[in-house]
Amino acid sequence: MNNRHTVEFKVNGEARSLEVFSMARLLDVLREQLQLTGTKEGCGEGECGACTVIIDGQIVNSCLVPMAQVNGCEITTIEGVAGGDQLHAVQQAFIDHGGAQCGICTPGMVLAAVDLLNRNPEPTEHDIRNGLAGNLCRCTGYMKIFESVVRAYKK
Amino acid sequence: MRAFIPNYQLTTPASLAEALTLLESEPGVWKPFAGGTDLMVLLEAGRLAHRNYINIWGLNELRGIEATDTHVTLGALTTYTEVQTNPILRREFPMLCQAASETGGLAIQNRGTLGGNIVNASPAADSPPALLAYDAEIELVSNRGSRWLPYQGFHTGYKQMHIDPDELLARIRLPRNTAGLTHYYRKVGTRKAQAISKVCFAAVGKTGQGKLMETRIVVGSVAPIVVRCVQTEAALRGQRPDEETIAAACASLVREISPIDDIRSTAKYRLQVAKNLLADFLATLRT
Repeated sequence: MNNRHTVEFKVNGEARSLEVFSMARLLDVLREQLQLTGTKEGCGEGECGACTVIIDGQIVNSCLVPMAQVNGCEITTIEGVAGGDQLHAVQQAFIDHGGAQCGICTPGMVLAAVDLLNRNPEPTEHDIRNGLAGNLCRCTGYMKIFESVVRAYKK
Repeated sequence: MRAFIPNYQLTTPASLAEALTLLESEPGVWKPFAGGTDLMVLLEAGRLAHRNYINIWGLNELRGIEATDTHVTLGALTTYTEVQTNPILRREFPMLCQAASETGGLAIQNRGTLGGNIVNASPAADSPPALLAYDAEIELVSNRGSRWLPYQGFHTGYKQMHIDPDELLARIRLPRNTAGLTHYYRKVGTRKAQAISKVCFAAVGKTGQGKLMETRIVVGSVAPIVVRCVQTEAALRGQRPDEETIAAACASLVREISPIDDIRSTAKYRLQVAKNLLADFLATLRT
């Protein structure tokens, strides 16, 4: 059976054209075909947020997005958050304030935080908790993560 | 075990008309695929039995929220994020906005749709209790035409519903009759975010001269379908929301729901919580 289709999209500003199965998960294509392994797989069922990426300005769980729905989209992964050597304020804050422990949840947490600050440059505590509610940290380092986001926007 | 991806097909039609023609031409072969927040979970678990899907995510005909003097109409692809940010819905249908805000996290809310929540037909879904309490109507479209029907009665049993293989859920319509109503929505889950409900309770009510003029009471996760508790509503009509009435209403509610033990909760807990929420709702109408 040949269910492969050409899908065209942008990842971190770069145009891509790939032959993929229409139901292939964006997560797998990013990691295995584009070698963008910063995006992690946690639960594979939309509960943990480790695979978070931004599609057309909205965060999604890339484990739940089939490639047929990526055609024509602009995707930002964790690899596209920094501007060259200049880390994003959120990334720098995670480093400075201990926001990362084992690191598996970190790319998703950073993208959720970047998205939150894009939409809402001065979030309340509630906004931050809500913005990160879909991202689980199994090291349970939530307070440091929370604090990192607070520091990122106060900078 | 994970699914074998090449076995699946997700075809993207250029228009709603093309999607409907595909549904009609091979009855039962194709099923719609919207935001994927339920179907992709089954795929990963190796439990997605059906193989061929129509990718309706890009169909603009199924998007948008429109208001007239009498109704608010939502495209079936309206996401939970869009629900929460609509000013009319926030003002007049707050339970729907609350349901949307308590469905998964933001990444799910950006992708999950009201139409998907309805036709996925889970008795634990978060938006159907609110939609039923607001007397929602739904529009099914096919190449044969369009029909509107009350959402109440659409689900007939676990994952069973009144929809033909060539039909697609296109729109959801809410009558703008909520002025003066008290709105009460509570989702009870294991944790605040990301949980699937153990019990979901949505109700609206209105009192006049201390008596209950009207109530609409809906409970989820306590039966094979989300239940509009019409007998309990009837028992409450014209009564004062006092202790005696509340006890009678709880007795009626018990007869209308049939909770079970499953991975998320027990029948006993669900029954008690459903009664507590009904009592709490009626207590809010007392003042």
